Amino acid sequence: MVRKPVILLLAILAIAASLPASAQTVSSALRGATPLNEEGPAAPMTPMRNTAEREIRNYPEQPPVIPHSIDGYQIDINGNKCLSCHARARIAESGAPMVSITHFMDRDGQFLASVSPRRFFCTECHVPQNLITPPVTNDFVDIDTMLSRASPGGRR
Amino acid sequence: MSTAEPAAPRSSRLARAWRFVLELWDVLLRPSSVFGLGVLVLAGFVAGVIFWGGFNTTLELTNSEKFCTGCHEMRDNVFAELKSTIHFSNRSGVRASCPDCHVPHNWTDKIARKMQASKEVWGHLFGSINSREKFVDHRLELALHEWARFKANDSLECRNCHSAESMDITKQSPRASVAHQRFLFTGEKTCIDCHKGIAHHLPDMRGIPGWQ
Repeated sequence: MVRKPVILLLAILAIAASLPASAQTVSSALRGATPLNEEGPAAPMTPMRNTAEREIRNYPEQPPVIPHSIDGYQIDINGNKCLSCHARARIAESGAPMVSITHFMDRDGQFLASVSPRRFFCTECHVPQNLITPPVTNDFVDIDTMLSRASPGGRR
Repeated sequence: MSTAEPAAPRSSRLARAWRFVLELWDVLLRPSSVFGLGVLVLAGFVAGVIFWGGFNTTLELTNSEKFCTGCHEMRDNVFAELKSTIHFSNRSGVRASCPDCHVPHNWTDKIARKMQASKEVWGHLFGSINSREKFVDHRLELALHEWARFKANDSLECRNCHSAESMDITKQSPRASVAHQRFLFTGEKTCIDCHKGIAHHLPDMRGIPGWQ
């Protein structure tokens, strides 16, 4: 007997809460003003960064990003275009950085004679960069900056 | 006697053919007594135009992408692979068709290549690569032929469009600019040495220079 008005009250509250939400348009930097139940227009494709200048890593374990275009580079069972320049034996001619020695290691930490099969598919970790203004701001600071901040209790 | 019986008509047919050849030779050697010299020259000229025109038309016909992709071996394998590359789809819409790269443009070389291509007709008729599996099995061999041809003629079919003289290295990416100055302009390498697999998928590249 007592529960019935409670249920009624909850139902009214639920309806009242849903009313403004349905009229509201959720806007975000990534989606734009497109309603959540619709698919917005695709953003135009942007040019690829192609300066070939090496970029510093944001943290030690970060796979270095690819500073050049890789359009049409074949990486499959037959061949790996990236290794035409980045392989150990190819860097003298190409001047490209050699694939890291960690890529020669199998999952048990044993070093192989050439790039380990599990590290063969470069673009699983290394990606080229497009020239865009990020729609979402990022306030990431690397560890060196963090440690050098003169904050109470922090390392100087 | 009975054994000579079937041989008799064959020898007579041969003799008749030989007689016909001799008569034709006689006619060709004798000056014409019916047609005037002018008529003969004109007829010869017209026949020549028709023959030469027909020859070149046929040559052009077999030198088109439509002809090449008429065979499913080409259409389903190499042509399908070409479509996603820059030589088929790009910003300016200028594109290369099969013969631009695979048939020399120079007449003598073109005829030589066309004669070689008779083996490809044989291959089509006897189905040497009539399935995807067979094609993939032969891909290395086919690619090696083309690489050898490009290497031998200093990538002539590339250079028919891409001239080193017209190449503005300031408009190229830094990587391309450095590589072209160091290897292409010095003549140390030719296009195909670095640009393998730009128009079709690569075969197994183990053991190919510059590949792992």
